Amino acid sequence: MVDTATPRRTTNRGPGRLLIAVYILFAIAATSRALLQIITKFDEAPVAYALSAVAALIYIVAAIGLARAGHAGRRLALVCCSVELVGVVVVGILSLADKDLFPDETVWSQFGSGYGYIPLLLPLLGLFWLHRTRPTR
Amino acid sequence: MTVAAATGSPVDGLLATASIVLSLLLAVWSLVSATRNRPPDRWQLIGLGVLELLLLALAVVALVAIAGGDRPGEPGAFFGYLVTLVCLPPLAAVLARMEPTRWGSAIVCAVCLVTPVVVVRLQQTWEVLGG
Repeated sequence: MVDTATPRRTTNRGPGRLLIAVYILFAIAATSRALLQIITKFDEAPVAYALSAVAALIYIVAAIGLARAGHAGRRLALVCCSVELVGVVVVGILSLADKDLFPDETVWSQFGSGYGYIPLLLPLLGLFWLHRTRPTR
Repeated sequence: MTVAAATGSPVDGLLATASIVLSLLLAVWSLVSATRNRPPDRWQLIGLGVLELLLLALAVVALVAIAGGDRPGEPGAFFGYLVTLVCLPPLAAVLARMEPTRWGSAIVCAVCLVTPVVVVRLQQTWEVLGG
């Protein structure tokens, strides 16, 4: 979809706003899950719950980065999407290989299968969107 | 738990079903709008308003049941989902107003696909058997 009618190369308009909306939804989901896990049963699976908190933080910062746009915002979003992609792939593989490591579900377990694999898709879309809106030199 | 089992779940009834159906209808309608390159229209915003009223009524019914002595199976998760749920339609409406293009309709569609999932999760966290 090459759209000639969008002269502004910014991350927070058009499809970018949809991406931000999905990031906000995941930020809410991951944050509430992490808070609940950490408050009620942190001792059961500290690694998994700490990871939930990290994932939640990354979703929040990524949404802020995309929404702020600009140079700093783009760099923030780039770092977050990259960490997110590495995280979901590594945790996905680890959670399949060694079930004891993550005894309880996290957003990234089994490549995010509990969330319709959107956690795997989201960083890819984010990176693609950052690439699409890259400033021309 | 036994009380809840005896009186039935307050979040599993006509209100919950109506909100799921309305949300899915809105998702379909906003998807049609997005594919036709239309910004969010009046019907999407009215739909989100009605959806919010249904969800608020659902929340009130749940809170009344809790005030009357019923208890959700997983109280923490239940309240988390309940708070999230009533925030979803306003979130969709605000973002849709900010984005008066086809992508605004796409945002309404995305949020309206998430809402039924949260309603179902809400029902599941009410009736957890064996903790």
